Amino acid sequence: MNIAWDAFTPWTSLAGGALIGLAAALLILGSGRIAGISGIVGGLFRPASGDTGWRIAFVVGLLAAPLVWGLFAALPAVQSDAGTATLVIAGLLVGVGTRYGAGCTSGHGVCGLARLSPRSLVATLAFMGAGFVTVYIVRHLAGA
Amino acid sequence: MKTFVAPFVALFAGLVLGIGLLLSGMANPAKVIAFLDLAGPWDPSLALVMGGAIAVAFPAFTWAKSRTVAWSGDRLQLPTARQIDAPLVLGSLTFGVGWGLAGYCPGPALVSLGMASQPAIVFVVAMGVGMAAHALLTRPKA
Repeated sequence: MNIAWDAFTPWTSLAGGALIGLAAALLILGSGRIAGISGIVGGLFRPASGDTGWRIAFVVGLLAAPLVWGLFAALPAVQSDAGTATLVIAGLLVGVGTRYGAGCTSGHGVCGLARLSPRSLVATLAFMGAGFVTVYIVRHLAGA
Repeated sequence: MKTFVAPFVALFAGLVLGIGLLLSGMANPAKVIAFLDLAGPWDPSLALVMGGAIAVAFPAFTWAKSRTVAWSGDRLQLPTARQIDAPLVLGSLTFGVGWGLAGYCPGPALVSLGMASQPAIVFVVAMGVGMAAHALLTRPKA
C-alpha cells in the first residue's frame, strides 16, 4: 500500500470528525433524533404532521455551513471530476440505496456505530466495501 | 410531541455538522475518492474523521440509551430496528457504488450545494429523485 502522505490531513480530519460527533450528540440529547442525513432528508418525501420543521431546519443548517464558514475564513476547495451522467447515476444510487439501507455515512457510520448497532456495522461494511470496489474498478480496471 | 425548541436544536446541529464536514475534508469529493482508492496513492484521512466522530458521539449515545426524553422535552427516539435483512445489505451496497462513483454522500452533497457547486446541484437533484422513488415504491397501501 502506497500512502499519500502529502494529502494526509490527520488533525483537521480528526477535528472535523469531532465536530460531526458533537452535532450527532447535540441532536440526540438535545431533541431526541438521529443525525442521519439520508433519514432526515428522506423523511421529507413522506411528510408527517409535526415532523417536518426540524428536518427542514437541519438541512438549512447544513446548507448554511459554507456561508457561515465564509464569514471567517476562505472556503476549502471542493473538487469533483465526475461528468454529468456519472453524477446523475451516482445521485440516484445514493438516494435509493440510503433509503432502502435505512442510513448513510452519518446515520449508520457515525450514530449507528457509536451506539454499537450490529445492523449499522453490517451496513457500514457494505457501503464502504462497495465504495472501495467501485473506485478500484473505475480507476484501475476501466482505466478512467 | 414536537416542541418549539426542536427545530432550533436541529438548525444548530446541522450547522455544526456541516462545518465539521468542511473542516474534515469530507465535503471534497476528490478527497473522498482518494480515501476509497486503496490501490492508488491512498489518503487515510477520512478514517480519522470517522474515528473522531465516533469518539465524541459514543459517550453521548451511551448516555442517551438511559434516557427517554431529550433536553428539549421531545421523546428521545433511538432506532429500534434490529434485523439484518436484504434491504439493509442491498441498499447499503447500492449506496456504496454511488458513493464511489462520484465521491458524494448525502451530507457533503448538501454542504457543497450550499457552496453552489455545479456538480453538487446535479447530484442532489438526482439523489432527491432516488429518495422520492423509494417513498413512492414503499408507500403504505391505502
